[in-house]
Amino acid sequence: MVIKLRLGKYKKVRIKPSMVLVYIFMIVLVAFTALPIVYVVCTAFKPLDELFLYPPRFFVRRPTLKNFSDLVLSLGSSTVPFTRYVFNSLLTTIATVVLTVLVSSMGAYSLVKHKPPGAKTLFNIILMALMFSAHVTQIPRYMVVNSMGLINSYWALILPNVAVAYNIFLMKQFTEQFPDELLESARLDGANEWQVFVRIVMPSLTPAWSTLVVFSFVSSWNDYFSPLIYITSQAKRTMPIALQTIAGGPAASSIGRAGAVAAATFIMLVPVIIIFTAMQKRVMETMVHSGIKG
Amino acid sequence: MKRASSSLTLQNGNIVPKAKKPLSYRIKLFFSKYGIGYLLLAPFIIFFSIFVVIPVVVAFSTSFTSYNMLQPAKYIGITNYKLLFLDDKVFLTALKNTLVFSLIVGPTGYLLSFVAAWVINQLKLRTAFALAFYAPSITSGVAMSTVFLVLFSSDSKGYINNFLLQLGLIDTPILWNQDPKYIMSVIIFISLWMSMGTGFLVFLAGLQNIPREYYEAGAIDGVRNKTQELFLLTLPMMKPQLLFGAINSIVSSFGVFDIAVSVAGMPSPEYAGHTIVAHLYDYAFIRFQMGYASAIAVVLFLITFILGKVVMKLLSSRDE
Repeated sequence: MVIKLRLGKYKKVRIKPSMVLVYIFMIVLVAFTALPIVYVVCTAFKPLDELFLYPPRFFVRRPTLKNFSDLVLSLGSSTVPFTRYVFNSLLTTIATVVLTVLVSSMGAYSLVKHKPPGAKTLFNIILMALMFSAHVTQIPRYMVVNSMGLINSYWALILPNVAVAYNIFLMKQFTEQFPDELLESARLDGANEWQVFVRIVMPSLTPAWSTLVVFSFVSSWNDYFSPLIYITSQAKRTMPIALQTIAGGPAASSIGRAGAVAAATFIMLVPVIIIFTAMQKRVMETMVHSGIKG
Repeated sequence: MKRASSSLTLQNGNIVPKAKKPLSYRIKLFFSKYGIGYLLLAPFIIFFSIFVVIPVVVAFSTSFTSYNMLQPAKYIGITNYKLLFLDDKVFLTALKNTLVFSLIVGPTGYLLSFVAAWVINQLKLRTAFALAFYAPSITSGVAMSTVFLVLFSSDSKGYINNFLLQLGLIDTPILWNQDPKYIMSVIIFISLWMSMGTGFLVFLAGLQNIPREYYEAGAIDGVRNKTQELFLLTLPMMKPQLLFGAINSIVSSFGVFDIAVSVAGMPSPEYAGHTIVAHLYDYAFIRFQMGYASAIAVVLFLITFILGKVVMKLLSSRDE
């Protein structure tokens, strides 16, 4: 049984009951999973008396911007203003994302389409690196970074995250789906290898590297551990560390600054949502034609 | 059809052995064929070797030593491994906990991610739905733990306790994160909720990658409903992404640690929430026994590697 609605002269909408059920179910589920975002957004605007209610309320009764001014002021007296932390985070994260996408895409393309000798072994090594627990490799990695003299520099936050096994594995799986015939026809038409890569492979792999951008952005932006061990000077620290500093320590939930913490958490969330929305649009809007006939 | 290469050739009417091409020529040939491939791979190989391979090799060799980070490492052979399997009861508990957890959360989370991606793919407002599902992975721990504190709080004010008390099913509030009987279930539940992470996005992207013509051709050829379309068209086309999601699911479910610690504490009551990585963390950063911790990491690696190979046999789309 299908309900047909007429919206205007030429536009008809068909509604199936099963689809309505699916939408309702999904909206309920989504309301549930979106709770953390709702919580973060609302808490940032709560005045002090609402911040400490127990059990915590999700929605704010009297929104205020005082938390944000608190945030800017709270660190104003110390040597490093909050905007410096934002800058540091932005710088390292953007550099990480750009380098990651470049290096991983080139590497995956080479592994899958050029298949130089040793590619299979390399892929096995990549898989093995994926499965080795990160906690254990942190200490040798620190020693490597230290011996390269990169401690307390931005590079220590960027470079170790460029060649992560996870990212190249992702790009490799997507690149496998790319048809070889397109490459051959491009080469026949006279494109050199770099042009083939930039003009044909990358646009077609937009869902892949858009997803990669989201992943690497999120992991670098929220990374608390790397700046903790690699950065020693206050001026170069990033936002997750700043958040802990304001809150007064990793596990403490201080009373005096809870408003500033809430505002800072909100500020940390906003770029992630922006990047995610922008990249998802790219994923959804890709031309879904493979370009091959027959 | 390629001619079979032979070592003899015809010259001036005589059959003579073929002269081998000079080495410099063969090197040039090799590089002209594969040079660009190596060039594209070079940045990755450089960074990967320095920041990933070397630490892994060092960690692997540390597992054969006794190293407390203050004194130089002392070679002790496979003592760590012997102790691990024969003497360490906590490790066996951790192994059991992790296996139970992975067997439930791994496949279920994987299925959930895929079904969610598949359903969202067919709705309008995909980006909004996708954001809402991906949200638990991007918000930091504080928000998540607050949400779960509200639900699972051990006193009578937590939503679930309140609900059960009002229904009359229990008399006193259940201590969700203290009672060894319930800790695992809570961790499993929370993990399932948070499993809509990276795998979900990859499935979404993979679903978008399938050209629309395949579905049209399938409809013409007689595919009647969505279920058939799913099993005959969508899933076979998505094998690479399915493999990625499977490996990701295996690695992350066996590597569970943060959730277990934030729910149950470290150490958890009667080690009910103790996972392999928690055991590793214990020995590495609390007792400073890096050699033993490295041995634990190697054992964990072997388990995930074997499982990963099995999954690859099932899901690889090419002759790897």
